[in-house]
Amino acid sequence: MSAPAPSMYSAAAKARAAELGLVMGRANLEAFADTLLALAKTDRQIVAVTSDSRGSGKLGPFGQALPKQIVEVGIAEQNLVGIAAGLASCGKKVFAVSPACFLTARSLEQVKNDVAYSDNPVRLVGISAGVSYGALGTTHHSLHDFAALRAINNLTIVVPADNYETREAVKAAAASDHPIYLRFGKAAVYTLPGADTQPFSLGRARVLREGNDVAFIGTGETVIHCLLAAAELEATAGLQCRVISLPALKPFDAAAVLAAARECRAVVTAEEHLVAGGLGEAVAGVIAQAGIGTRFTIVGIPDEYTVTGSQADIFRHYGLTMEGLGRTALALLNLRSQI
Amino acid sequence: MFSDAQLALKSLHYRRSVIRWIKHAGAGHTGGSLSCLDILNVLYNRILRVSPATFTDPKRDRYIQSKGHSVEALFVVLADRGFFPESDLETLCAYQSHYVGHPTRHVAGVEQNTGALGHGLPIAVGTALASKMDDAGFRAFTLLGDGELAEGSNWEAALAGAHYQLDNLTAIIDCNTLQITGRTRDVLNHEPLAEKWSPFGWAVRTVDGHDLAALTAALERPLETGKPSVIIARTTKGKGISFMEDVGKWHHGVPSDQEYTQALAELDAAIAQQAKGAA
Repeated sequence: MSAPAPSMYSAAAKARAAELGLVMGRANLEAFADTLLALAKTDRQIVAVTSDSRGSGKLGPFGQALPKQIVEVGIAEQNLVGIAAGLASCGKKVFAVSPACFLTARSLEQVKNDVAYSDNPVRLVGISAGVSYGALGTTHHSLHDFAALRAINNLTIVVPADNYETREAVKAAAASDHPIYLRFGKAAVYTLPGADTQPFSLGRARVLREGNDVAFIGTGETVIHCLLAAAELEATAGLQCRVISLPALKPFDAAAVLAAARECRAVVTAEEHLVAGGLGEAVAGVIAQAGIGTRFTIVGIPDEYTVTGSQADIFRHYGLTMEGLGRTALALLNLRSQI
Repeated sequence: MFSDAQLALKSLHYRRSVIRWIKHAGAGHTGGSLSCLDILNVLYNRILRVSPATFTDPKRDRYIQSKGHSVEALFVVLADRGFFPESDLETLCAYQSHYVGHPTRHVAGVEQNTGALGHGLPIAVGTALASKMDDAGFRAFTLLGDGELAEGSNWEAALAGAHYQLDNLTAIIDCNTLQITGRTRDVLNHEPLAEKWSPFGWAVRTVDGHDLAALTAALERPLETGKPSVIIARTTKGKGISFMEDVGKWHHGVPSDQEYTQALAELDAAIAQQAKGAA
């Protein structure tokens, strides 16, 4: 596992990113850990709870700086969430940090009952989410968590796209009195535009690029690929594409989705998740119930044995790249692809 | 403070109320509610530093009923302690009532929503840990069923409770030896119980779970400094009603009119006798 991970971006995608002036940031996971440490230094009620996941969660410095504010429960994710619920019920601002694959599957009943149903304000932090673990395989992928958690009442679901959204999400989570799930990847991500013009607000979409030909709606680490696809389509096909980052799946910004569906000629959603029960189906539900007919494609992981390989391989295989998303959009508009 | 005799009288009245409300609702976990009633009686009338007035006090003791299905026992005791009028239980299991078949925080006095098994102990560990972290001095109690011990999360929490030396944590096992399928030892044997908890690092005491004085002695303070406590309460499912005692089918079940009349007659006779002793 020491071989360097293949790049998430083709040379062409990197060139587009450079044209857009995008700067490569750090992994959202690292931005989370830094933000949490900074907050916890001034708020002693903040507690990180880990299940042998201190290193994976980049919380080594946190543990060293604030040893009284970190609780280790060992490799026991059910207990992680139960203990977190107990701590939270006594006023602790708990961040329960564990790989998303385990946190949202092994301990799903604890999430449903001890956190959401009992309304204990635990911040569930799913790290190395989606296919971040790449070639470690399906045991370590979380491609079910949107679906599973969307179907649980009283749980905010936040999937930041870049370091800015991550920092703001962590601050919002620390201030929240109700359960919240934060999902972070572990690959370095570009910093998206719009931090000044489209400030993060829980439950609000961020329109990162305007246009009425195609609306790309992404969440988490797919948003950057949507943005690059929009730039590529403008350069190669003269299309003006809207790019919407949905940092929260719940609460869901239906108004932004409906505006895109009404104003654009086609809608493409992109997610690092199974198509079943994820972002795309949430978007489809809103559009269909509003009686809007539009060209529409969900790009995600299909219901099949997930292709093996790195995160970059998997993204490329399923079209979650500038090139793949661009081709999907052109096909929706019945345009010949030059990508 | 109630005398043992007064407390024994309370237990009988509680049993009567449990039967009454289960009959009224047409549903309920009868046998398990009756097996844990004496434990709840001692907890709420002698041990827990909590009352309706102090329920929002961050330093109150916490009681988390992991065996949530025995909710009728909890509701009856909470009502008696003044958390809500007992007449609220007229809506038990009714449309739009908060008094559902497992505890929820919508009901005054309930700390955690429970019902899925194997959840109470981990939450109680977190609760006791919070008390330690803040040096707040409160205790955390949780009530488990013996069949519930098959849930692995209990043993994760047992490790954590000992690791963090949570002597402010007490788990009580309502060991009535029956679960819905039959004898717990036949379904999935967990005996010898004391010999399991002790090497996990817990201080263990086995008591007669219907002996109010013994329960009081076991619960009034942690058994040992630096270790969480587990009280193995040997109980009888359906306790107090002759035809329900130690009979598996009363795990949940509503007495027929004839059974109901008999149950109340037995309890009323016991109450009359106990009242003489308590006077």
